[in-house]
Amino acid sequence: MRFTVTRSCGGARAGALYAGNWTSPLETPALLLSTRKGLPAFISRDLLASLPLPDSLLLHSSPLHFFECPPPHTLQNVGGLHQMLGLHDHIFVASPRDSVECLPESDGANKLGASFETPSGRRHVNPAKYMELISSLKPNVWASLADEVPAWVPEKRNKTSVDRTIRWLDDCLALDLASGSSILGSCLGAASKEERKRCATEVAKRNVSGFWIGGFGLGESMEERPSLLKAVTDCLPEQKLRMISGFDLPEEVLQGIAAGIDLFDSTYIYHLTLGGFALTFPLDNEERGAFDSQLSDIGCDGTKINLRATTYRKDTSAIVSNCGCFTCQNHTRAYINHLLNVHEMLAQILLEIHNTHHYLGFFRSIREAIKCNSFDLFHRRFIKGRRAHLTSTIAAPECQVVPA
Amino acid sequence: MALRFEVIGRFNRARAAQLTLPHFVCQTPLFMPVGTQGTIKGLTNNQLEDIGCQIILGNTYHLALRPGAELIDDLGGLHKFMNWKRALLTDSGGFQMVSLLHLADITEKGVTFQSPVDGKPMLLTPEESIQIQNKIGADIIMALDDVVKTTITGPRIEEAMYRTLRWIDRCIAAHKKPDVQNLFGIVQGGLDPVLRDICVRGLVERNLPGYAIGGLAGGEDKDSFWRVVAQCTAALPEDKPRYVMGVGYPLDIVVCSALGADMYDCVFPTRTARFGTALVPEGVLKLKHKAMASDERPIDPTCSCMVCKNYTRAYIHCLVTKDAMGSQLLSYHNLAYMMRLSKDLHMSIVEGRFPEFVRNFLQVQFPKGDVPEWVCNAMEVAGIDISACCAPFPSSTQDFAAELAA
Repeated sequence: MRFTVTRSCGGARAGALYAGNWTSPLETPALLLSTRKGLPAFISRDLLASLPLPDSLLLHSSPLHFFECPPPHTLQNVGGLHQMLGLHDHIFVASPRDSVECLPESDGANKLGASFETPSGRRHVNPAKYMELISSLKPNVWASLADEVPAWVPEKRNKTSVDRTIRWLDDCLALDLASGSSILGSCLGAASKEERKRCATEVAKRNVSGFWIGGFGLGESMEERPSLLKAVTDCLPEQKLRMISGFDLPEEVLQGIAAGIDLFDSTYIYHLTLGGFALTFPLDNEERGAFDSQLSDIGCDGTKINLRATTYRKDTSAIVSNCGCFTCQNHTRAYINHLLNVHEMLAQILLEIHNTHHYLGFFRSIREAIKCNSFDLFHRRFIKGRRAHLTSTIAAPECQVVPA
Repeated sequence: MALRFEVIGRFNRARAAQLTLPHFVCQTPLFMPVGTQGTIKGLTNNQLEDIGCQIILGNTYHLALRPGAELIDDLGGLHKFMNWKRALLTDSGGFQMVSLLHLADITEKGVTFQSPVDGKPMLLTPEESIQIQNKIGADIIMALDDVVKTTITGPRIEEAMYRTLRWIDRCIAAHKKPDVQNLFGIVQGGLDPVLRDICVRGLVERNLPGYAIGGLAGGEDKDSFWRVVAQCTAALPEDKPRYVMGVGYPLDIVVCSALGADMYDCVFPTRTARFGTALVPEGVLKLKHKAMASDERPIDPTCSCMVCKNYTRAYIHCLVTKDAMGSQLLSYHNLAYMMRLSKDLHMSIVEGRFPEFVRNFLQVQFPKGDVPEWVCNAMEVAGIDISACCAPFPSSTQDFAAELAA
């Protein structure tokens, strides 16, 4: 894996990531599609091919999904994630937590290893086991094992978490056959700026190819994030890749990009899809003006629509009229409303395709904005649009905001 | 009549035909996957086209409840609603008399159901069934029949058969779109050859575009099953499609095709997929089994579907019954298997090698030569020599002989 920063715009930056079989670089900031056992929750290989390239090549995978099966020797024989999934050109980025069903459980961690709640119960993972999974899965890029703790733990526990994470990074490096060429050093520190700085400084001293910033989305407030992120990025070298977990929503992504993050592993699409939501927000600022005027639709909060709402029962339009995704090209809101109504799996398939397509489009317009030096404006307008909508719904009490 | 049925190949009673429907030109014999509520569970339309699906079945009963026939009609019919470009078939809602009997009360007027959505009683008359099916707009619609379980006996079977004949005239009279939708009649009469004969004659007199053999695949013994199919296919007109309802086991489809049937439907391939079972030429493969965890082969090495080309049994083992993707991938493979079976039946008849195909099919399914007796009997009637697939002596007899010798 190779990474270069191609442009900076305020705190935000654009970069080029070279990895896998793909010959041309992948542009950052970019979204990693979250997967379950290597495939997006509802999008099979043939449908994945309908999503835009190269944007949809970046996949996030949690090695813990393969803790139970297939057995390590089978994984080894098959040749790793790419072969097992038939996704030879895709780029797998691995980190332990998937933020959906494999979550760090700080109470269960000890000096030997980290602990996670998984679908098969609580799992204890030490660096040796983690590296066994990594070496058989062969992801293109992966984060070292981390002892993630929530924002509310006492200072002492947070210090221990940082100490362990640095030690485990050394363990992972010692066991890494590729000697650091695809490893992201994990940077923790929870809600303490000092610990964030200490961890980032120590990790930056190691032979790593980039950084995974963890410990977010675990109870810290939105307001304290910019200063925590700054504490981390200040200690990291400019030219290396930065990935973050726990920044899911569009607003959070924009916050992360403003702080100079390159890769995002988001569970937003998954949660929207399960809830029956489809993303509809305009992807560039020109569309926004026209869009704002029709925000008072029921089942619409300005960024997404709830296709379960009865208002879509006879709506024969596509989710987004000019959207080029498989779902919008082939199916109506009325059909998806029916599928949700009768609990048919196709609803989730179609929604995950659309939401993925749309969110990839969001990242693309962010990259465009950075390229034209207008990211700050893009960011401000997006937030303003959301606020304007929220205040207008408060002013009009008959219009309900559908909770996500 | 809105169809054309051209037989293009034969072997004794078996036939391969081109069935031209308003939305698609189909090759028979063919299997129709069941898309109960306007979707095949877990597959997109383009995936169904990729694997060669020609007709999808929709359930009138379910569609009438949700989203409702009015809504489907307002939005331009089921083809447009689900954006399926190929052919569709809707059942009459009659099968739910068997499957949801505790909710149904059957009289001469029609069937009264308790709506499972809101608990209100819903009357389904022959007229209403056809009216709803006219609104849904499938290429083939089914007459409302009085379905009884084949396993029951007595006067109820006779009553149901005669009622089915009386209802067919009400269905024909109610059918408003004979130029774009084909109404198929359904042969009833349980396992009684006399009743079946009366029903077939009664329906043939009405000169319908096609005929279905109903009331089977409901738990009757296999010997009765094939005899009813053989009797009906022999008596139905040569130039009309014959549809055996509810049949979906690959072996049953091969036997029925040998006896001259053309169309089949069943939830089995997709339902069994959701429970973690794959269809393979040898029979079935249970992917939940522990042995699959480290099996690095594809589900079926002879299959060229997207799933078999890309995934190992070991990987599918991790998914089945835990992740939605397990259902999706196995349903895809199982339907691809059924489509390949349909195509193989069609091509082998057209190319004059149907007996070889049947023998090969049976040899792979029964490598020990233990072909069930009912299959042997049916094949004799079909005029297909399968002696090469059957063990010369049942193994138990051999053991007995060995014991005697000792």
